[in-house]
Amino acid sequence: MGQTLFDKLWDEHTVTPLEDGADLIYMDRVFLHERTGSIALKSIEADGRSVRDKSQVFCTMDHIVDTFPGRTDDTIMPSGKDFIQSTRESAKAAGITLFDLGDIRQGIVHVVSPEQGIALPGLTLVCPDSHTCTEGAVGALAWGIGSTEAEHAMVTKTLRVQKPKTMRVWYDGALGLGVTAKDMILHLIGIYTAAGGSGYAIEFASPAVEALEMEARFTLCNMAVEFAAFLGLVAPDDKTIAYVKGRPFAPTGEDWDKAEAYWRTLRSDDDAVFDKEIIIDCADIAPTITWGNSPQHTAPINGVVPDPNDVDDANLKKSMIRALDYMDVTPGTPLESLEIDAAFIGSCTNSRISDLRAAATLLKGHKVKEGVKAIVVPGSGLVKQQAEKEGLDKIFTEAGFEWRESGCSMCFFAGGEHMGFQERVVSTTNRNFESRQGPETRTHLASPIVAVASAITGKITDPRQFMSEGEA
Amino acid sequence: MEKFTTHKGVAAPILRINIDTDAIIPSREMKRVSKQGLSEGMFAIWRYTEPGGRAPNPDFVLNKPDYANTSIILSGVNFGCGSSREHAVWALAEYGIRSIIAPSFGAIFYNNCIRNGVLPIVLDDAVVQDLAAQVEADPQANQIHIDLKQKTVTAPNGDVHAFDIDDGQQEMLLEGLDVIGLTLRHEAEINAFQDKDRTARPWVYV
Repeated sequence: MGQTLFDKLWDEHTVTPLEDGADLIYMDRVFLHERTGSIALKSIEADGRSVRDKSQVFCTMDHIVDTFPGRTDDTIMPSGKDFIQSTRESAKAAGITLFDLGDIRQGIVHVVSPEQGIALPGLTLVCPDSHTCTEGAVGALAWGIGSTEAEHAMVTKTLRVQKPKTMRVWYDGALGLGVTAKDMILHLIGIYTAAGGSGYAIEFASPAVEALEMEARFTLCNMAVEFAAFLGLVAPDDKTIAYVKGRPFAPTGEDWDKAEAYWRTLRSDDDAVFDKEIIIDCADIAPTITWGNSPQHTAPINGVVPDPNDVDDANLKKSMIRALDYMDVTPGTPLESLEIDAAFIGSCTNSRISDLRAAATLLKGHKVKEGVKAIVVPGSGLVKQQAEKEGLDKIFTEAGFEWRESGCSMCFFAGGEHMGFQERVVSTTNRNFESRQGPETRTHLASPIVAVASAITGKITDPRQFMSEGEA
Repeated sequence: MEKFTTHKGVAAPILRINIDTDAIIPSREMKRVSKQGLSEGMFAIWRYTEPGGRAPNPDFVLNKPDYANTSIILSGVNFGCGSSREHAVWALAEYGIRSIIAPSFGAIFYNNCIRNGVLPIVLDDAVVQDLAAQVEADPQANQIHIDLKQKTVTAPNGDVHAFDIDDGQQEMLLEGLDVIGLTLRHEAEINAFQDKDRTARPWVYV
């Protein structure tokens, strides 16, 4: 019987099976950020230990840095400066690579990691951030861990992990107009619930997945954790190899040839058996938006707020009733009738250059509706630079969007800048939890083109009315 | 790390599904570069009346006098989903929570619990609901008893429910082991693996 790609990479990274049934897995790379990086590094130091392989540990500033132009170490978040400076000191002392404020390479860890060629096909990579599964899009085993596990990975170069089961999610057919990778993953979670991937390593596959450009694959894998999956990945192909080539930390010369030959072998065997298979028909996926407080609370954008009375499961019903109240929506209301206070484009889900291009293409020639706060936060300094080179920043600012420096920004409320009390926001982020983006803020998760279309009209809006066939 | 062998305590039902780590500790409550001082921010959005405030919300279960000294939480499916922030477990542990009983857990959160001496117990939703109903009748008297060595949860009415946990994780909690120290016993194997790997995959080593 053949092997899945996940099984192959797992076996290749197994140092030894442990006596207790877990495996000791070799960790190629570790990425840190200022929210937890210094806590982990300081704790290692306090225990009298050290980072085993500092050339394979990287750190960026993204979680609590401000995103205003001209920012410094000072943050709106009251104690943010402590996190930034303490991480800088710890990173320097540990001798790891830091993408600091003021460095054009600085940005959101899951944007920077592949952009710099740190996440490569076939690697194992962890970071104390749950969205590390994003990097699975290059064909890596990448997953989020806690701080203590990050210490373990840095000191021992390994993690003790129970092998998860495998699942293949197959997207059958082709995507329709206005349907993006964001809609693919929201649709999946909407049908199979936010716990649906629990205990599984997921491979996203099918011609529709292969047809996605690399940056869209990052979006798809990014929300594997919202599906409760251990990780998500896509087998590397020509697109992956073209994407990786020439990146600063990617191999060169003879090493490149060796790596490329190996990467081209990385796929699930035709007769590999997954523990579970899910098939999604792409024809069923509309531009999708969330209406509630779990990523499983989804609806087609031209649909209505669902009715808890249509649901049998008592726990699910209860969570829906609570979400209806929190979100101030009623069953049967068309989502497109909901007026919004803000639109946010950014986060490790949707802040790459292709996201900004798609958003700007739709926005061009339109204005943000008066009274709507609209913000774009590029995923990295390099994404920002590229967008400015293409004049995208002008399209955004002339339409009424704010154009920011890179960082996680208002994906979450860390005590600094946030969305207003009970404001309704269409957001390209990944979590619509209660008070995630601000006090009692009402978050609707969607793709960048939905966010832009909604910013233009001031209501949740189907982007297809601004598009014609032939567009993405 | 604090050992976990047996524990008997007051259990508080927070029977919602998908309780995320943002709810367990909002990002804005993680104010210092430290693992300490986080319990005050635990469940802040539900526990206090105002965002960022400290006036207790009398309706929240942990603020009710009946639930004083709660050390066990009963909850719904996918507890601890979302952000990997270990602060969620640090806050719970500092507050005095020794165990959480739910039908399933977020994977990262589950591991974070094990690493911090907090026992995550997986039991069927129907069992959790039954435990909650018994507890609610008289929370201080109807305590729940957990025996990690036997892998059992004893309900107030005497019903015994068996649960599963990996042998290694069970041992780590029972012994309060330093996991890094434990792994470093395999250092020779790690060295050998790395030496071989440098030749097989030179392109990884920048």
